[in-house]
Amino acid sequence: MNDMLIAVTLLLVAATATAAVAARDPVRQALVLAVLGVALALLFTVLQAPDVALSQLAVGSALTPLLLLLSVRKVRRRGRRKGRTE
Amino acid sequence: MSRRVRLWLLALGGAGLAALLFAACLELPGFGGDRHPYGERAVRESLARRTANAVSSVNFDQRAFDTMGEMTILFAAVLGTVVLLRQTRDEHRAQPAPAHVAPPVRRYALITLPVALLVGLYVVAHGQLSPGGGFQGGVVAATALHLLYLGADYRALERVRPVGLYEVGDALGTSAYLVLGIAGVLAGTAFLANTLLPYGTFNTLSSGGTVPLLNAAVGMEVACAAVVLLARFLDQAVEIEENAVGTEESGE
Amino acid sequence: MMSVLPYLVAVWIFLAGCYGLATSRNLIHAVGCLAVCQAATYVLLIAVGYRDGATAPVHSDIEPGSRPLVDPVVQALALTDVVVGATVTALLLALILQISKRHGTVDPDELSELRG
Repeated sequence: MNDMLIAVTLLLVAATATAAVAARDPVRQALVLAVLGVALALLFTVLQAPDVALSQLAVGSALTPLLLLLSVRKVRRRGRRKGRTE
Repeated sequence: MSRRVRLWLLALGGAGLAALLFAACLELPGFGGDRHPYGERAVRESLARRTANAVSSVNFDQRAFDTMGEMTILFAAVLGTVVLLRQTRDEHRAQPAPAHVAPPVRRYALITLPVALLVGLYVVAHGQLSPGGGFQGGVVAATALHLLYLGADYRALERVRPVGLYEVGDALGTSAYLVLGIAGVLAGTAFLANTLLPYGTFNTLSSGGTVPLLNAAVGMEVACAAVVLLARFLDQAVEIEENAVGTEESGE
Repeated sequence: MMSVLPYLVAVWIFLAGCYGLATSRNLIHAVGCLAVCQAATYVLLIAVGYRDGATAPVHSDIEPGSRPLVDPVVQALALTDVVVGATVTALLLALILQISKRHGTVDPDELSELRG
């Protein structure tokens, strides 16, 4: 039973990680990375590592995607402004 | 190098790496095995020093020097980001227009904010007892503050978040860790040795000697670092704009 | 199968992240792929420390010595790296914003053409 659970969460993590690489649009990738963060937190909880799960949940599903999204916004905003002035 | 050649090179290297890693996996001790010599010693040491959370004991007592290295990386990364993202001469600040927030979102964000902040501080304070500690709690507390950006708007966030103060807090957290380490030397033992304070009663808030103090120092540093990082990125994404004509750009 | 599956998953995630890094057409996307590579190291570390039927190395609600525990050392390593890795990601993103400001593009191919 326990092995089953571990195997399922492992495959979930592998699938979301692949999806995160395959998502070529950075905005979509940031959202998939947030899902990956939650999946990893789940895996670490199942593997009896609550400390790591907590830190992964806070960082992986909130901080990193937020930073990525803010960077995308800045880069796109620059592109738009440049397009307008030229 | 053309894109095609590069892809072939990548495929070649990737296949080689995959084969090596696969072979290594088969030789690793089996998953879920019973032999963890370091783990057993670490747990024994943490119980001897009356720290209920063995992970915190490893981080802030047995490997406290390594954690200092990690903190230095964190501090340096934040410093680099702040320098890279400062406002340059060819940029100006444009006040963003106040955004309209749907009432349910506002209500939810403002109710969750104090709860999330409290959870973050709780997680920092109980790092030596239950899962958690400075690293996790710091991030939770810092991101909780940004619920204000969702619930109200950017200007409300800027009012409760003087970035300069958090930058000072970041530096203070780092120095507090160093000072606690040096205090060990002055007390006649070694740098960051956990001999400064009595170990206290097992499974109470004041157990584990210097572990709770180092935890608090790291919590302060991480929380301030996350706030400063997010503030710099928000500044760039929302407020700072380039001046209209970019002659500097074409000159390069 | 179960005794190597976690390691193989870690390898898969790492290789997938490397593939994404090398073929990325957007530096921000590349940083996301780097985060995926980092995740692989966490999975490997935590998997190495796992022990069948063991519980978390926290004694706040169990009697010391009453149950086998998983390895706290690898957990401590992964835990600090999760947070420190995020700040390093922030530094990389800051560098990318500077590149976008100076060169007006975040496509690595266009950038290498720019410099010859």
